[in-house]
Amino acid sequence: MIGLQHYLTLSAMLFVLSIAGIIINRRNLILLLMCIELMLLAVNFNFIAFSRYLGDETGQVFVFFILTVAAAEAAIGLAILVVLFRNRRSINVQELNTMKG
Amino acid sequence: MYSYYLTIVLAPLAAAIVAGLFGKQIGRGWAHSITIFAVGLSCVLSFYVLYQMYWGGATSENISVYTWAVTDGLRMEVGFLVDRLTVLMMAVVAFVSFTVHIYTIGYMSDDPGYQRFFSYISLFTFSMLMLVMSNNFLQLFFGWEAVGLVSYLLIGFWFKRETAIFANLKAFLVNRVGDFGFILGIAAIFTFTGSLDYVTVFASAESVAGQSIEVFPGTPWNAMTLICILLFIGAMGKSAQAPLHVWLPDSMEGPTPISALIHAATMVTAGIFMVARMSPLFELSTTALAVVIVIGAITAFFMGLLGIVQNDIKRVVAYSTLSQLGYMTVALGASAYSAAIFHLMTHAFFKALLFLAAGSVIIAMHHEQDIRKMGGVRKYMPITYWTALIGSLALIGFPGTAGFFSKDLLIDAVKESHWHGQGAVYWIAYLSVLLGVFVTALYTFRMFFLVFHGEERMDKETKSHLHETPWVVTLPLVMLAIPSLVIGWPAVEPLLFGGFFGDAIVVQSGHDVLGHMGEAWHGPLALLEHAWQTPVLWLAMAGLATAWFLFLKRPDIPETIQRKFAGIYNLLDRKYYFDDLYIKGFAAWGRGIGDFLWKRGDEDLIDGVLVNGTANSVVRLAGVMRQLQSGYLYTYAFAMIIGLTMFLGWLIWFR
Repeated sequence: MIGLQHYLTLSAMLFVLSIAGIIINRRNLILLLMCIELMLLAVNFNFIAFSRYLGDETGQVFVFFILTVAAAEAAIGLAILVVLFRNRRSINVQELNTMKG
Repeated sequence: MYSYYLTIVLAPLAAAIVAGLFGKQIGRGWAHSITIFAVGLSCVLSFYVLYQMYWGGATSENISVYTWAVTDGLRMEVGFLVDRLTVLMMAVVAFVSFTVHIYTIGYMSDDPGYQRFFSYISLFTFSMLMLVMSNNFLQLFFGWEAVGLVSYLLIGFWFKRETAIFANLKAFLVNRVGDFGFILGIAAIFTFTGSLDYVTVFASAESVAGQSIEVFPGTPWNAMTLICILLFIGAMGKSAQAPLHVWLPDSMEGPTPISALIHAATMVTAGIFMVARMSPLFELSTTALAVVIVIGAITAFFMGLLGIVQNDIKRVVAYSTLSQLGYMTVALGASAYSAAIFHLMTHAFFKALLFLAAGSVIIAMHHEQDIRKMGGVRKYMPITYWTALIGSLALIGFPGTAGFFSKDLLIDAVKESHWHGQGAVYWIAYLSVLLGVFVTALYTFRMFFLVFHGEERMDKETKSHLHETPWVVTLPLVMLAIPSLVIGWPAVEPLLFGGFFGDAIVVQSGHDVLGHMGEAWHGPLALLEHAWQTPVLWLAMAGLATAWFLFLKRPDIPETIQRKFAGIYNLLDRKYYFDDLYIKGFAAWGRGIGDFLWKRGDEDLIDGVLVNGTANSVVRLAGVMRQLQSGYLYTYAFAMIIGLTMFLGWLIWFR
């Protein structure tokens, strides 16, 4: 029988994977965005699992919100990325360190 | 009389200010006119006060001029205590200062610092008068330091000479040692009596003598002994007593008028005057008097010996001054305060005379001071010769001169002072002053013969210019020669036996040597007749004869002696290694500590570790912190996640 803990474990694994992706990946900004999406999905997994476990639909409603926001965010993120590429001719993360104090 | 006192003190000060601040505007002529007028005024008024005091029936006065500050229990005042001791000192100081002022016109005539010099010596006269006329310890200390300051300025008058700068620094530092004792003594007086006023302090002296103080736990000292010894340490510094004598010979780097005025006649006798002034205190401590007499005896004899090997004309006279100051100190220690003051007075005249005569020779020799390069000056400078002869005879105590009366009676007083017991103290004191007479005669006439007699050893150039100095130089010589010759006759009886000083000097009945001697006193003539039977005269004559034989008759002998006794000669030539001890010992030690504190303490610890160290550690920390601010998104993200994990962990495991 697949219980709550299996879902939570899967969600945690996805979350850690995405974190690892953010930290280890130093070349591609697109991968970074994808990792963030993956993180959101991991969170969604949690929401759905708990919603089902507790018999409360509010969690599933939240997932829709998050998906919407994630879509908007991906659109904005990709737009920024395009502008960035136009300006810098690169999406290499290691070259994007001008924020340094 | 009040306005007279004020004028006596303030006239030289005003002149010093005018000559010092406006020297350029008023020019040379006005600078010396105004200072000489002011000091002359002081001199005349001082003599008038002396006259009033002695014949006019004026009594001693204690006047408070100005209250400077009053704090809880402490009154700081400016005031005058004019009694017979003071008035004698005033007359001596003002008179010698006056003659030196006149002399300076000749001595400093081609010096660029002419006005400055006059300003300084007038300032000195003011300070010295403040010192002697003071009625409280605070003003005494002011005068004490002020004369020290002027002495410092004048020793270093030719400030481009390195030796002069060295000498004035040395004088200043050595005097600090003495002043340290002096101010501690004043503080002790204030602690025990609660007052700085002479009269109050003297009145409560008896009660202080009964108390004791534990400076080091477990060893109670008599309070009066402590006070007197501390005060005497001050006197040792100012009056150049061994072992604080080292500054006086070096102070001869200053111009000669200064050597005469400050370092022979007046300032160096301030210590003697102070002890005499404090006689009500010193009388209460036999221990302190024993210290005084031993220090004086050591100075009197051993400093005289040094005079024999010196070749600089001024240094010979300087060592002679040390030795004579030692005589005065011995007299103080024997409770013969009047004898000390009497010798102070005669010494002021004949020693100033000798210095000025030496200066006159130096002018004629174009500032050559080495007596080995002089000789036979007699026929070129008759006035200088005769006055120097009078000064020398007075110094060795030739019968009839002023020095004879003061020194003969001083030695007599030491001989009679049995209350120190017949032990070591008595014999050290008595033998030192007695043998000192021979030594005095030897070095005095060694110098005299080498300068004025014998073959002419100067070079041709100097010889062709050799002539008597101008009247401004010889007039003061004559003015000082007269009292050097005759002052003993009228002064000896009232000063020593006639109770001239009245209650200004207090002597306990058991110590009253002079009173005891007074019973056998039959006037100066009797003393003169009696002189032939005392060892003092014969020792002086023996010294004179030895000097004549060694330095005129057989000039080859001194060199042989010098070779044969090279060890003793070196000991004397190096001044008993006192300078080496102080310069290589204490001074080097002090500089070592200073260097250590500067390099290790200030530069390394305070600057290096504390000030720059703080800044450096901030820089270093910032260097580490800067690594965190990489600008890379992923490091920030990583930091956020680490932080989040830690918070979560904390929530789970520690809540």
